[in-house]
Amino acid sequence: MSEAVTDRTVNRSAMQVSDEVAIEINSMNKWYGTFHVLRDINLTVNQGERIVICGPSGSGKSTLIRCINRLEEHQSGQIIVEGTELSSDLKNIDKVRSEVGMCFQHFNLFPHLTIMENCTLAPIWVRKTPKKEAEATAMHFLEKVKIPEQANKYPGQLSGGQQQRVAIARSLCMKPRIMLFDEPTSALDPEMIKEVLDTMIELAEEGMTMLCVTHEMGFAQAVANRVIFMDQGQIVEQNEPHAFFNNPQSERTKLFLSQILGH
Amino acid sequence: MSDTHAQTVAYVREGMLEQQAPPTKEAGAIRWLRENLFPTWLNAIMTLVAIYVIWYLLSGLLPWIISPTWFSGSLSECREILTGAGQSTHQACWGVIRDRWDQLVFGFYPQELYWRPVLALVVLLAGLAPILFGRFPKWFLGFSMASPFIIFLLLWGGPIWFPVMVALGFVLGAVAFRSAVRFNQIVGVLAAILVPILFWLFLAEPIADALTSVLPIGLESISSKQFGGFLLSIVIGVAAIVLSLPLGIMLALGRASDLFIVTKLSVGFIEIIRGVPLIVWLFTASLLLNYFLPPGTNFDLTLRVIIMVTLFSAAYIAEVVRGGLAAVPKGQYEGADSLGLSYWQSMQLIVLPQALKISIPGIVNTFIGLFKDTTLVLFIGLLDPLGLTSTIRASTDWNGIYWELYVFIGLMFFIACFSMGRYSLHLEKKLQREHR
Repeated sequence: MSEAVTDRTVNRSAMQVSDEVAIEINSMNKWYGTFHVLRDINLTVNQGERIVICGPSGSGKSTLIRCINRLEEHQSGQIIVEGTELSSDLKNIDKVRSEVGMCFQHFNLFPHLTIMENCTLAPIWVRKTPKKEAEATAMHFLEKVKIPEQANKYPGQLSGGQQQRVAIARSLCMKPRIMLFDEPTSALDPEMIKEVLDTMIELAEEGMTMLCVTHEMGFAQAVANRVIFMDQGQIVEQNEPHAFFNNPQSERTKLFLSQILGH
Repeated sequence: MSDTHAQTVAYVREGMLEQQAPPTKEAGAIRWLRENLFPTWLNAIMTLVAIYVIWYLLSGLLPWIISPTWFSGSLSECREILTGAGQSTHQACWGVIRDRWDQLVFGFYPQELYWRPVLALVVLLAGLAPILFGRFPKWFLGFSMASPFIIFLLLWGGPIWFPVMVALGFVLGAVAFRSAVRFNQIVGVLAAILVPILFWLFLAEPIADALTSVLPIGLESISSKQFGGFLLSIVIGVAAIVLSLPLGIMLALGRASDLFIVTKLSVGFIEIIRGVPLIVWLFTASLLLNYFLPPGTNFDLTLRVIIMVTLFSAAYIAEVVRGGLAAVPKGQYEGADSLGLSYWQSMQLIVLPQALKISIPGIVNTFIGLFKDTTLVLFIGLLDPLGLTSTIRASTDWNGIYWELYVFIGLMFFIACFSMGRYSLHLEKKLQREHR
C-alpha cells in the first residue's frame, strides 16, 4: 500500500508544530470488565502534530483514540483535551466532542439525511449556527473534499471513498481543533483509498492536529511527525517516521514491520 | 502491475456493447398468462380448479348481497319486497343500514348536533394531514397541535375554558422545560412533568370557573353516555393511537436507557400491562377503579377506557420500537455522539427517525389491532357498533336481523384497517433511502 501516496508531493514545510499542548494523557488505564485493554498510557500531543498509531489488531489503538472523545470511558488516569479534563461530567464531554472531529472505519454517515443535512446538522443543533451560514460552510468543505455536486444526494448513493470524504467534511464543519481517524481506509477499495488519503494529506498541510489509526505506512512516512506502535494495550515504541521504519528498536516492532512491509 | 503490455494479451475488446431491447415475443399479456397461469399441465389444472372455486363462492354470495331491499323499513317489509319481486327470501335486508345509519354512526348523540362530530372529523383529518404527509407550511402544524382541543370542545361541548386550560398546561410544561433544562437535563424533564400536573390539579379549575362566570362562551355539553357507534370507536381508537405512540416511544427509550431505575420501571410497566388481557384492564377501568377513587368522584368511563387502551397499546408499541432501536447500527449512535449532539438531540435527529422507519410495519400492526380491540368496550356496557346491534334487534321492526349488520360493521372496520395498512406501505416507500 505504500505506493498509494508517493505520486503526490507532500508539502511538509507547511506542517508547523506549535508548543501548545492539544492532548495530554497521563497514566491512563482502561478495562473491559476484567480485561485490561489499555495499560498505563502516557501521551502528549502538541497543536499541529500528525500522529499515526499502528499495531496488530486487538492492541488497543482504536480504543485509545475512542477514549479521547469519550466514546469509551477510561477507569483511571487523566485525559485532558484542549484544557478540558474528561470525566463523567456531561458538559465537559460535549465540549470536548464539539472540539474533536472523528472519522470512522464505516463512515457512520446518517443514511436518512442528505449529504448537505449530514454536514449542517451538528453546526445547527450544537453550535446554533444559522442555517444559511451552516450551509455555506458545508459547501465550502464539500468543495474542499471535491464532492460539492453530491450535496443533495443520500449517503447510500455514494461510493465508499466519497462517503468517507463526506464524513471528513462533516467533521470539519464543526471547525474542530483536533481530528481523530479510526482506520479510515480499511473498508475501502484500493482505488478509493488514494482519494481519502489525499484529502487527509491536504488537511495535514493546513496544520490540523491529527491522530490516525491506520495501516497505510506510505501515509505515515509522508505525513506523520510521530509514529506510535502499540501492542497488548501498551505503547511499545514511538519515534519520528524515518527512524521508526528504518531503525526500529523493539523486537516486537521489528516483527510487526517485517510482517506488514514484507510483501 | 503496470508491466503488463497489451501485445502479450491474446484477446482485446475493441468497443463496448450497447444495451439492447429483449425479443418482442417475450413481452406483453400473452407472456404473462403463459408464465403465471398456464406454465405446465399441472399448473393449468390448478388454475382451472381455482377459477371454479371462486365462481362457486361468488355464485352463492352475490345473489344474497344483491338484494333490492335498501328502502325497506322493517324485516317484514323486506320479505314483502322480495316475495313481490318473485325472489327468494334468503337475501340480505339492507334496509336496516339505511334505517339505523344515524344510530350506527353517532349512537345516541343528539340529532340536531350531528354537525359537531362531523366538523370534528374534518378538523381531525385536517390536523392529521401535515403529520401524515408532511408537505404543509410550518404554521399548519400549529393547527395540528390545537386540533385535539378543538375536537374535544366540539364533541363534548361545555365552556370553552376547560380545554383552553388543559392546553395551557402543556404550554406551561414546555416553557418550564425550556427554562429549567439550562441548569440540568433531569431538572428540565421533572419540571416539564410537574409544572403542568400541579397547574391542572390546583389552578386550572378555579381559573376556568372564574373565566366561565365572566365570559360564558361554549357549546352545549354532551355526556359521554350519549356517544356510540362508529363515533365511539373512532374517538377511542384515534385518541389511543395518538397518545400511545409518544408514550410507547418514551417507554422504549426508557427500556434502552443506562439509568437503572428508569430501565426497571419501564420493563415493569411494559411486562405488567402486556401480560394481562385487555378485557381485564377494561373491567378494571369500569369496575375496580371506583374502589380506589374517593367517593363521589365522577371520572368519565369513556376517558377511563381511553387511558386503559392507550396504556395497553403503548406497551406493545414500546416493544416494537425497541426492536427498531436495536436495529440501528451502533455506529449511528457513535457518529451522533462524536459530533457533540446531546442524548435528546441524537435520539430525535438520528436514532429515532431510523428506528421508527424500521418499526413502521409493527407500529401500524399494533394500531390496527388496537382499533379492532375498541369493540371490546361492548363488554363494559359502552355502545360501540357491535353493542348497538343488540339495541337495534330489540326493536320490533328489526327483531331477528344479524348478518347484514355484522357484514356492514365488518366492512367499515376493514376499510379503516386496510387504509392504515396501505398508508404504512406508502410511508415505507417514501422513506426508502438505501437503493434509490
